[in-house]
Amino acid sequence: MWEYTDQVKDHFLNPRNVGFIDDYDGIGEVGSLACGDALKLTFKLGDDQRIADARFQTFGCASAIASSSALTEMVKGLTLDEASDVTNEDIADFLGGLPKEKMHCSVMGRDAMEKAISFYRGEAETKIEGEIVCECFGVTDVQIERAVTENGLTSIEEVTDYVKAGGGCENCHDRIQFIIDSVLGNTPKAAKRPEALTNIQKIKMIDATLDREIKPALNQDGGDIELVDVDGNRVMVKLRGTCASCSKSQVTLKHYVETRLKELVSQDLVVEEV
Amino acid sequence: MNPIYMDNNATTRVAPEVLEEMLPYFSDLYGNPSSMHTFGGNVGSTLKKARENVAGLLGALPEEILFTSCGTESDSTAIHAALRSNPEKKHIITTRVEHPAVKNLGEYLANNGYRVTFVPVDRDGRLDEDFLYKSLSDDTALVSVMWANNETGTIFPVEKIARKVREWGIVFHTDAVQVVGKIPMNLADSAIDMFSLSGHKLHAPKGIGVLYVRKGTKFAPFLMGGHQEGGRRAGTENTASIIGMGRAARLVVDSMEDENTRVRALRDKLEKELLKRIPASMVNGDPENRLPNTTSIAFEYVEGEAILLLMDQHGICASSGSACTSGSLEPSHVLRAMGVPFTAAHGTIRYSLSIYNTEEEVDFVIEKMPPIIERLRRMSPFWKEGQIS
Ligand SMILES: Cc1ncc(COP(=O)(O)O)c(C=O)c1O
Repeated sequence: MWEYTDQVKDHFLNPRNVGFIDDYDGIGEVGSLACGDALKLTFKLGDDQRIADARFQTFGCASAIASSSALTEMVKGLTLDEASDVTNEDIADFLGGLPKEKMHCSVMGRDAMEKAISFYRGEAETKIEGEIVCECFGVTDVQIERAVTENGLTSIEEVTDYVKAGGGCENCHDRIQFIIDSVLGNTPKAAKRPEALTNIQKIKMIDATLDREIKPALNQDGGDIELVDVDGNRVMVKLRGTCASCSKSQVTLKHYVETRLKELVSQDLVVEEV
Repeated sequence: MNPIYMDNNATTRVAPEVLEEMLPYFSDLYGNPSSMHTFGGNVGSTLKKARENVAGLLGALPEEILFTSCGTESDSTAIHAALRSNPEKKHIITTRVEHPAVKNLGEYLANNGYRVTFVPVDRDGRLDEDFLYKSLSDDTALVSVMWANNETGTIFPVEKIARKVREWGIVFHTDAVQVVGKIPMNLADSAIDMFSLSGHKLHAPKGIGVLYVRKGTKFAPFLMGGHQEGGRRAGTENTASIIGMGRAARLVVDSMEDENTRVRALRDKLEKELLKRIPASMVNGDPENRLPNTTSIAFEYVEGEAILLLMDQHGICASSGSACTSGSLEPSHVLRAMGVPFTAAHGTIRYSLSIYNTEEEVDFVIEKMPPIIERLRRMSPFWKEGQIS
C-alpha cells in the first residue's frame, strides 16, 4: 500500500480537467503503454495569452493521474513563460508530496507541459535530445543529467525514482553512475563496492581515499588532512594548515570529507576532527 | 465495512477453529516441549499430534515433516540442503516464474559460483518441460519447480518432472505453497524429495511453514543449534503456530471438496461475467491446469494500481500484476516470462478466493468492476470509445 497524501487521493478520486481540447493550441504527449504510464496534455490560450483551459488524458497509477490533474490546475491562468517554470518539485509540492518511488509521475507532468509549449511555439523538440542510456524505458543521457542536476540526485535508485532509467534490466547502471559522477564533479569509480568491509580493509580504503581523492583537493587550498584513527565507523582526522584555522573547517569536514568517504568507502562512516 | 476479501493467494484468514486451538498455548500452556517435566512434556505430545495431522494431509510420515518459520524458510532450507549435501555439483535448475523466495535465491546463487538454469514458460504459462529435461546434467545438484503459480494459478506437472529428475539421481524440490489444501496429494507415492508449504495460505497463522523431506534424502540444516526437529531445524518450537498448523491441516482435508466445487464455481462465475461485461479483457495462465480459486484477468489500457485503489473504495481486496504496486517499474516477472503484452500486463488483477467467499460477494464484485475499468479507460489516452482489441 502506498502512503499517499490526502491531496493525491483527492486528485486521483476526483480528477480535475480530464479530457481533450479539440481545438488545442498546444499538445504534449509523453510516456507509452510499455512504460506503464503516459500522459496526453492539451491547452488552449485565452485572449490575454494566458492558459484558459488545460486538459489531460492519463494512463497510469494513482499518482500519475493525480500529478496530471494537479498540473492542469496549476497552469490554468498562467502565461506560457510562467507555465514553463513549473518544475516537477512544484507538482509534487502541490500534492503535499509524492512517495519517492513515484517522483517520475511529476517529471512526466513537467515534460508534457514543456512539450505542449514547444508545440505551440513551433519549436523542434530540443529537450528530449541526447543518446538513449536506458533501453528499457527509452531515457536519454540529457534527461538523466537534467533530473540529477535539478533534483540534486546522488544515487542510481534516485534516478530510477525520478525518470525510471535503470529500473528495468539494470544494464545501464554503470552509465547512470557515470552521469551522476560527472554532474557531481567526481571522478567516475567502479559502480559497486563490496557490501561489508573488514576493519582492516576499511582503514586501508579510507587511507587510500584520503591520499588519492581528498588530500590533493585540500592541498590546493593550502591545507592538509591526516588520518588519526578509525573506530568502527568513526573516522578521526586531524586538519592542518589553512583548513584548521578556517572558520568553515567544520563545514569542510562534514560536507566534503565525510561525503567523499561515504561515497567511496562506506555509507556508515562519520568523520570527527581530533 | 467488512472487506470483500479476494486476495487469498497473498494470505488467508485464520480459521476460527485454528485460533481457538492455539489460544491456550499463549497463556496457560506455555511449557517448552523439550522440558523433562510433565507441564512442558504435555505440549510436546500436542506437537506430535500436529505433526501427524500435517503428515496425514500430505501422505507423508511424521518424521518427514519439519516445522519452519515460513514458506520462504522452507524454500531456502531445501535449496541450501541440496547444495550442501552435493558440494561437488554446481548447477541448479528452476523456472522463470518462481516466487521471489526461490527466484531471488536462485539469482543470488547465480552470482555466487553456481550455474542456474531458469526454465521458460509459454504464453499460457505452461512450463517448457523439454527445455528442463535437456538442461539436466551430471553437474545438477537440484531441480526446484513450483507446483502452482501464485500469480496465475497455473499448475505445473511436478510429479511427472520429479520422476524424470529422479532417473538422474538429482534432488527434486517443489514450492507447493499455493496448492496445499486445494488439490489432493500423496507424497508416499511420489518422486518429490522436498516440498515447501506455508501456514498462512491455508487458514493457519503467518509465520509457520513446513518443509517435507523424504526419508533418505541427504540433508544439511539451515538453522544450526539445538536438537529440535530432529536436529534439522534448531530453535524452540513455535508451539501455538505448529498446533494451529495441525488444526488447519485437518480442516483443509474436509474443505478440499468445497474448494473444488463451490469455490471453483464462484471463481468461474466471476471470471465469465467479468470477461463478458468488460471489453478488451482476458485471462492470463493455463485455463486447463489451474488452481480452483485463482483467476488473473488483464484489463487492457488501464493500470493495475489505479484499479486496485478504486476497488479499495468498495472494500474489495485483490492484487495486481502491475509494477506500480511493488515499487519496481516493470510488470511482474511472471507475466513478462509468459510474454503477456505490456498493454495487458500493466492492467492485470488477480482475484483469489477461499472457502469463506460467498456468491453475494462475487455478485458485488461483478457489479462494481465494469464501472471502475470504464472510468479509468475514459481517462486513458490509449482507449477509444467502443474499441475492442
Ligand atoms: C508460491 C509461494 N512461495 C513462497 C511464498 C512465501 O511464503 P511465506 O510468506 O510464508 O514466506 C509464497 C507466499 O507469498 C508463495 O505464494
